[in-house]
Amino acid sequence: MTETVMDRVLFGDNQFFGVNHMSEEKAREQAVRFRDSSAIVATLDIALDEGIRTLMCTTHERMAEVCAHMRADPGRYRDYVFYPCMPYAHKYNDAVAELGMMGALRKFAPQGPARALLAGGRSAAGRNVDPLVRLLVDAEMKMFQGLSTPVVFLQNVVVDFLMGLGFEEAFRVFADHIAEKYEAEPGFITMNLPALVDVLDRLGIANPIICSNINKAGFRMCGGVEQYERTLRERRFRAIAMSIMASGVVPPQEAVEYVASLPNIEAVVFGASSKAHIRQTKELVDAYMGRERDGQLNMNGS
Amino acid sequence: MIRIGVVGLGRMGLSHLSIVRPHPEVEVVGVCDTSRFVLDVMKRYTGLQGFRDYGALVESASPDALVVATPSGSHAQICEYALERGVSTFLEKPLALTLESGRRLVELAERSSLVTQVGYHFRFVPSFEEARRWLDRGLIGRVHHFRVAAYGPTVLRPRGKTWRARRSEGGGCLYDYASHAANLVTYYFGAPEAVGGTVVRSVFSEDVDDEVYATLYYPGGLTGQLCANWSDASQRKMSMRFEIWGTEGKIIADRQECQLFLGNEPESASGLHAGWNVRHVSDLIPPVRYYVRGEEYTRQLDHFVESVAQKRLDNTNSFASAFETDVALEMIRVDADRASRTSVPDAGSVATGTASHGVAETPG
Repeated sequence: MTETVMDRVLFGDNQFFGVNHMSEEKAREQAVRFRDSSAIVATLDIALDEGIRTLMCTTHERMAEVCAHMRADPGRYRDYVFYPCMPYAHKYNDAVAELGMMGALRKFAPQGPARALLAGGRSAAGRNVDPLVRLLVDAEMKMFQGLSTPVVFLQNVVVDFLMGLGFEEAFRVFADHIAEKYEAEPGFITMNLPALVDVLDRLGIANPIICSNINKAGFRMCGGVEQYERTLRERRFRAIAMSIMASGVVPPQEAVEYVASLPNIEAVVFGASSKAHIRQTKELVDAYMGRERDGQLNMNGS
Repeated sequence: MIRIGVVGLGRMGLSHLSIVRPHPEVEVVGVCDTSRFVLDVMKRYTGLQGFRDYGALVESASPDALVVATPSGSHAQICEYALERGVSTFLEKPLALTLESGRRLVELAERSSLVTQVGYHFRFVPSFEEARRWLDRGLIGRVHHFRVAAYGPTVLRPRGKTWRARRSEGGGCLYDYASHAANLVTYYFGAPEAVGGTVVRSVFSEDVDDEVYATLYYPGGLTGQLCANWSDASQRKMSMRFEIWGTEGKIIADRQECQLFLGNEPESASGLHAGWNVRHVSDLIPPVRYYVRGEEYTRQLDHFVESVAQKRLDNTNSFASAFETDVALEMIRVDADRASRTSVPDAGSVATGTASHGVAETPG
């Protein structure tokens, strides 16, 4: 499959759903501000007018309203691109707390594959979770029907959880399903970049798209800044940098300057609510990392 | 290498397993759960040897330590078994459901010289640690009152099919949320001397409590209020906020930040000044070797592994320390049952215009 050419600047969505690593009060204020999906769309429009046309977004149920809005206006959003990040973990976490592991499985995957899986053989070999993984992916992808989703991500909490357990085969199943059914590229978000690069390498997932925190402060970069820099220099993968300002610890210019000084970073994802912040970050990335590539083929490493 | 077995592969057990397995000095030698399905899947995809019975795990896999994350009602039995066989134990909170069995576990831990720890992870959240350092330095003078509040969206409907909805197995907001709040209280101030004015009641649940409110009393006049409510739909996930009032200032700590108000310019050159001082978690947070869902979860398990490796018995959240939390919870439970209230006869006879806002009747 051809490798996707990613835009240099991607828009994130934490600010829309009351996630703020800095302050609970700020998170609540944002939740109030964005309680209506039209406020989300208005902010996406500001970003779009600044030339940011890719939204990297959680499969939060409220995102379905945004998707519907964009589907309804193909003129304005013809070139708009979604990078879904699945799953919205709280949904599953809450269900497991309420219904238990088995109950949650039945709730989210009532159809054939789950029933077969739960009935299972009486042996480990009979417990094939692959159909279940595909079913869950399909459920999360429903809201994006008819929209462009060239890259589909697995969220860090799931990636790092599965990697920690040693449940790595799930990445293979996910990657294959995304490629086959959605003709898209799999992406992986992680807080443990060096470890994940090793795992994906071992699984034979070539030149994968990996999104991780990359910032001067080393904030949530497990393995440390040096190992991250070495991984970026020496390993073959396509990096997306998130949390470049480390939740406000690194000033914007310094943050972008640092990321621009590293090799192999294809894109930067950031979330912001105000026009001023969106424009500032976009301009900084353009200045330090070059403008959009206007659809040129990315020849990185290949 | 520390050989570890994980008992109970529910939400917390799997979470702990995913964090402890990548530890470079740990070998996970077996996992235990009552579900054959879960064990089969784990065997097939992760290669981990499964056991239906924790005794069999201990006997055949010879772990140095167990991570126990079973329903609370089984904590005492499993930990006793492990400690009697020389196996160190990391246990999900709370320690035990009765003071008697908690005390027995503490004695057993002390006799056996094994490392024990309970999963009160808020002691590993940097902002709550910073608050403790500020208190230790006496920055806010004589502390006279605190308020700790834990709110979350765990139970929003009158159903629930897991052990968390059953009182007999240690379900309920008291053991689930209030225990974390009470543990931070004991971290800062020790176990209270007495508890009063307690409300422990259901909002939605049939068999367990959904909210807990209590006043805590300490020798020397310190008082505090503890609030826990796991039926708060406005929260995205469980929140924790600790406010402490002293004669010289105030401390507010939550998961994201730690704030200190000082009435006067501090004497020492501490980088602090009169008025508000704010520390964000991103400034305080130490890097961890592996991250799944919050540094504190990695830090507490790494602390346990390190304590086992070094045979260090004065570790954070030992059974003895967690027992203080159990004592506070027991006081809250007993005081709630007593339900003492004060009213003044005839006080309402001349009051007029008092609006009714659909105030709930307290049962009993």
